[in-house]
Amino acid sequence: MTTKKVSLLEVSNLHVSVEGTQIIKGLDLVINLGEIHAIMGRNGSGKSTLANVLMGHPAYEITKGEIQFIGKDLLEYSVDERAKAGMFLSFQYPMAIPGVQVGNFLRKSVSAISDVKLSAKEFRILLKEKMSDLEIDKSFLSRYVNDGFSGGEKKRMEILQLLLLNPKLAILDETDSGLDVDALKLVSEGINSVAKYAGCLVITHYQRLLELVKPDIVHIMIDGKIVKTGGPELAIDVENKGYDWLEVKA
Amino acid sequence: MKENTNPEDIVSEYKYGFSDTEKSVIRFDNGLSEQVVRDISELKNEPNWMTELRVKAYHHFLERPMPKWGNEEMLNNIDFEAITYFLKSSDKTEKNWDDVPEEIKNTFDRLGIPEAEQKWLGGVTAQYESEAVYHSIREDLESQGVIFLDMDSGLREHEELVKKYFCTVVPYTDNKFSALNTAVWSGGSFIYVPKGVHVEMPVQAYFRINAKNMGQFERTLIIADEGSSINYVEGCTAPAYSTESLHSAVVELIAHDDAKIRYSTVQNWSNNVYNLVTKRGVAYKNSTIEWIDGNIGSKLTMKYPAVILKGQGSHAEVISVAYASEGMHQDAGSKIHHLASNTTSNILSKSISKNGGRSSYRGLVQVSKKANNCKSNVICDALLLDEESQSDTYPTMEVSNSSFDIQHEASVAKVSEEQLFYLMSRGHSEQEAMSMVVNGFFEPFTRELPMEYAVELNRLLEIEMEGSIG
Repeated sequence: MTTKKVSLLEVSNLHVSVEGTQIIKGLDLVINLGEIHAIMGRNGSGKSTLANVLMGHPAYEITKGEIQFIGKDLLEYSVDERAKAGMFLSFQYPMAIPGVQVGNFLRKSVSAISDVKLSAKEFRILLKEKMSDLEIDKSFLSRYVNDGFSGGEKKRMEILQLLLLNPKLAILDETDSGLDVDALKLVSEGINSVAKYAGCLVITHYQRLLELVKPDIVHIMIDGKIVKTGGPELAIDVENKGYDWLEVKA
Repeated sequence: MKENTNPEDIVSEYKYGFSDTEKSVIRFDNGLSEQVVRDISELKNEPNWMTELRVKAYHHFLERPMPKWGNEEMLNNIDFEAITYFLKSSDKTEKNWDDVPEEIKNTFDRLGIPEAEQKWLGGVTAQYESEAVYHSIREDLESQGVIFLDMDSGLREHEELVKKYFCTVVPYTDNKFSALNTAVWSGGSFIYVPKGVHVEMPVQAYFRINAKNMGQFERTLIIADEGSSINYVEGCTAPAYSTESLHSAVVELIAHDDAKIRYSTVQNWSNNVYNLVTKRGVAYKNSTIEWIDGNIGSKLTMKYPAVILKGQGSHAEVISVAYASEGMHQDAGSKIHHLASNTTSNILSKSISKNGGRSSYRGLVQVSKKANNCKSNVICDALLLDEESQSDTYPTMEVSNSSFDIQHEASVAKVSEEQLFYLMSRGHSEQEAMSMVVNGFFEPFTRELPMEYAVELNRLLEIEMEGSIG
């Protein structure tokens, strides 16, 4: 731990409430470039809230605390500005946008976010390559965004966007849910390829994704706080022992 | 994959709401009388039967009460005395683009017509202040024997055809506004497609209202003879004016056995225009009539494209969208009359209301006693962009035959915060996100349009979404 770290995200003393109910109650988190962090916790512990707050969901109110993203005050940024600054959220429940074709949508998104302007041809080549990595059929492109997609298709669509948009920080909210073993493997490979040069925050219930996407640091979240931080072995402990032993400590 | 939802690639600049200085050769005073009706007819050198038809229609218009439905309050605000019923801006109908007056060309230039023409048009009639000033027919159309003229020329050059069909689908006694149109009509298109001829390219016309208080009463008649087909497209971009304008057109379609007519419209009237249009087609054996109808602007639109399925096995398709913003009421829908057996119809109606605008779906599906094994599928979807806006539906069914199979679905939705959040997380501003949702909602309509119209419509909606985010 002697090499110089480049800080991507610094969350300090974060308090968040939604409709008057406090969900996050003093959370600290630092993610550096090239690190994979995992946050584990039960339903309702505030994991997804954290993901949504980082991306800027308007329903959440930050009552206290600070978030710095690449040295800037993140709270000054709108959702699209966060995306342009290099933040990406893979949604737990991606929204359907009827009438908007996947192909057009991806192209517009890449041109909104990417610094490099791709020609139509260059984009097609890139798209073809990434789709083939995820074993996504070409017919996907003319379908409407997430409209009538199966759970697995939605998750692949999220990872396809992750690969195309090249974020600096990728937040993956329950990306493993609804995926079979083969799909999980493809998706993990996708995440790992991005993680080589970006920071990753993997939010999950289960250990099985973490066997394929190896975290450097694991955090356990209970009742709106990180109660324990450790190495990959912590995920295995939780898998074996559950969360109760941590709760006592909290 | 269709590319027509990528407007940036095709149009770099879109402008509307401009108008040239009025330059009228002949202009009648405001107001209507039998004499004005006779003068219009005389000036056009019309045959006697047309003059008398106009006069009869005029008297019917006077006697006919205002409709008691739609939006009565707005209808009763129309001041018929404040409207000019005839205006002629150019002496003769032009065929050659070079001869079109410069000022008028400038207007079309900004609408992007000349360029579009090179690529797409099968022939153009551009209605400019009541009468066609530019009318080109591609040689291939002429050589196939297709007649494509402005209505006035159609009457002059093909009187017998016009006399045979004029007012047969929409009689002047149909409603107050069809009576008014029949009395004072001017311009519009006349098309005849001979037996077995298929017009591959969409045939297009642009209409604009460009003079203060100018009423537009164009009259369109399309006849597709046996086994023929045609795809007709009209579009409007009206300059904004502060005084009320009236647009009251009549469109009659006749699809003979095995023929197919598609009639597509995108209208963007400025928000002071009353758009009260009667559109109806009659479909004979195994023929198809399709209305693709987009209503984006106007103060009040009352329009219900109709199809009379008169021949066995005939089919009707109506796909319509309406967009109502502040102070606007779109009262639109469709009417289908199943008069013969094995006839089928599909109605898809989509509306968006914003800033307190109101959209109404008003539809009628009618099945006569002798019409066996008919099918109809009706879908109405409404999208509300805010709390103040309104959407209502008035579906009517009159079924006298028990073998009728009908599906009806209706939905009202709101743009969700979650959808906008999702799109914004992919780098799109709130306004872009809203445009995407709105354009997506209209996509089942837009994809039916020729590309340049789809582009214009998408662009228009993007402009409409400007300033819609609080």
